[in-house]
Parts: sequence; structure tokens; C-alpha cells
Amino acid sequence: MRVTVKLFAMLREKAGVSTLSFDLPENSTVDTVLQRLLEAHPDISQLLAKAACALNQAYSPRSTVLQDGDELALIPPVSGG
Amino acid sequence: MIDWIELSPSPLSAATAVDFATDPSAGGIDLFLGTTRGEKNTAGKDLIALDYEAYPEMAVGQMRDLAVRARDQWPILKLVLLHRTGRVGVGEPSVVIAVSTAHRAASFEACRWLIDKLKTEVAVWKKEVWADGSTSWVDGHEIEPRQP
Repeated sequence: MRVTVKLFAMLREKAGVSTLSFDLPENSTVDTVLQRLLEAHPDISQLLAKAACALNQAYSPRSTVLQDGDELALIPPVSGG
Repeated sequence: MIDWIELSPSPLSAATAVDFATDPSAGGIDLFLGTTRGEKNTAGKDLIALDYEAYPEMAVGQMRDLAVRARDQWPILKLVLLHRTGRVGVGEPSVVIAVSTAHRAASFEACRWLIDKLKTEVAVWKKEVWADGSTSWVDGHEIEPRQP
């Protein structure tokens, strides 16, 4: 299955990319994607530790099982207003 | 449309927001503007603007959810919640909130609650742009997801 990952703000700048996609085995979780992401971009580990995960625009725990076509966004600490 | 919720790349108008919030049953309209504050950084350079980035698909949904949660707490007549994206110069508004209610206490409280939640929950980020061209991301609020 294929999952799209979106990065924002300092996380996007540090990784140098805003959207990635990963081919994953069935029953992969949010945590699986985070591990793949760290393998590809080890320099974002500190920022990733502070990021929340939003699956299809809703905050989700890292144990959530993914479905084909899911969009996982990594949300660094927010600073709107 | 009962509420006006928008993420906008264009300058925000407080007057238009007040017009929208105006209601014949209202005894008060509370208006809040969040504006870019001029500052100097540790190198003595002036701040010239804030650059706002959002995850629009999520941020708009979160702003709509804040409006619903505000209406659960206060008897709101009209509600406006606007946030800028892109570059916002010193003195310009990045946020406009307007709330009308029958009695003023509720509009003050709802407006205050909305800006506090907007700053700590919604998927928006800002970067400081300094006069020498350097930039710095503003330290934000870590999201602690409510358990489903």
C-alpha cells in the first residue's frame, strides 16, 4: 500500500522536502512510517520527536494502523496567531 | 452561513468582520486583531514581517471545530474567525476574530477563548523575517492529541 507523508514548517525546511510517499507492507502503522522517514532523513530526529501525527487531518496515536491512500502529516509545535 | 471561517492569503479587514458579526439581537460585538509586533533580534536587527504557513485542509477544519466548541459554551449570534497565510508586515493583522452576543461578557470570553485555542491547537506556523534577510521559526506549542 502507498501512504503520502506531508512535512511542515521547520520540519519541511530541515528535510528539504514537503511531500513524500512510501510503499509499505499491509498492517503498517504510523510508527512504521516514522522509522522509514528517519532512515531517509536522520537529521530531523530531534524535530520529529516533538511533532504530532495527523492521519487524514485528525491527530492520531503512533500505533494507528494505516490504510492504502492515507495522508500522514507531521505537525511540529504550532505557532499560529 | 452562520460563521465566517477562513484561511486567507490576502489582507484581512476588521471592518468587514464587524459588518458580518453585526446582528440586531446583539448587545455587544467583541473584536480581536492579532498583529505583527515590531521587535529587534539579539543581533539588533528589526523584524520586518512574519511568514505564515498552514496545513490548510486541517487548519480550516480545526477552526470550524473551534467555532462549534465556542458555540457549545456561549450563546453566540455571529462568529468570525480569520487567519492569514503568507507574509504579514509589522502592524498588519494575521488574525481577526469577531463575536456578537446578546450580552457583552459572553462575547469577551468567547473571543479570548478562540484566540487562545487558535494559537495552541491549529496547524499554522510562523517564521520571523528580519531586516538582514535572516529568518527564524517561532517556538510553538507542542500538540498533545486528545485520545480518540
